Amino acid sequence: MEKERHVLVVFPHPDDEAFGVSGTIATYIGMGTPVTYACLTLGEMGRNMGNPIFANRETLPIVRKKELQDAAAALGITDLRMMGLRDKTVEFEEEEKLVGMMTSLLEELNPSLVITFYPGYSVHPDHEATGRAVVEAVSRIAEDERPKLHCVAFSKGHEDVIGKPDVVNRITDVLTKKMAALRAHRSQTEQMASELEAKLESGDEQIVNWIQNERFWTYKF
Amino acid sequence: MEIVNIELAQQALNQFSNEQVYVHLETTNGAYATHNDENFFSSGAFIRNAHVSFEHGKITGPGPYRVGIKLPIGWIYAEGITHYTVDERGRLLLAGHDFKGKLAVALEISRTPFE
Repeated sequence: MEKERHVLVVFPHPDDEAFGVSGTIATYIGMGTPVTYACLTLGEMGRNMGNPIFANRETLPIVRKKELQDAAAALGITDLRMMGLRDKTVEFEEEEKLVGMMTSLLEELNPSLVITFYPGYSVHPDHEATGRAVVEAVSRIAEDERPKLHCVAFSKGHEDVIGKPDVVNRITDVLTKKMAALRAHRSQTEQMASELEAKLESGDEQIVNWIQNERFWTYKF
Repeated sequence: MEIVNIELAQQALNQFSNEQVYVHLETTNGAYATHNDENFFSSGAFIRNAHVSFEHGKITGPGPYRVGIKLPIGWIYAEGITHYTVDERGRLLLAGHDFKGKLAVALEISRTPFE
């Protein structure tokens, strides 16, 4: 992985970072690169309330805020921004308000790399709206000053349209940190993390490959 | 939250009779329903902080339960309620969790606005 000046990660939900990007984040931090994680909502509308159930609709944001902070700490993120939007409503905000939010982050931090969801290929309406706003904000920066933009995609059949990822980060060295971040989002991931760890231990090739390689598509403007 | 006790839940509903209340109502199948199963028709509805006059409320059914709230000029209704609690702020939180324990429906009643 190339050395970066500053990495800005923008996702709408606590735990969006955990599955596909946490190893990359931990690797950059290990290289001494500052990483800012802007998380737009607190996942207030999540359906997982823990297993057994330990949260409800009104306590879930409090629970997930703590989980997000714990996950950030596990990865070594010291600049965690909670942006105060509400889960499942991001796409209904004024487009310019979202773009403005991204622009002010970009102007303040001047990152050399931005990571977000790939608009059109990221399934959840909040993911799509987040990706669209980031793409728009980055596109407004003059070409010679524009940071690289790495996008996460996982919709059905996405590779048929956008091809294979052009950036694949092997994160084996920081796998323990990644698993700690996953586990930190306990209300959402507890059962899944246990199943995942069992599969990793048994050497399930597909799972090992999925968890140890984080895939990105460089956005072409 | 606790498994619904219909008598206690009914008592909790009665506390709001003839009061102005704030209501959170939601149904959801999750944002990934169609991603996980192309044949699934994704639907849901959500309202937060509807300010209404609560005439009376009733909980019925063998469980999962149905809850209806009569308003002077309308109704509020939720189906599939399995769990409830009255939180430390006196808000009645009713929820329905599906067979995997995921929230499918929520109906919440409060004397003060939800955050």
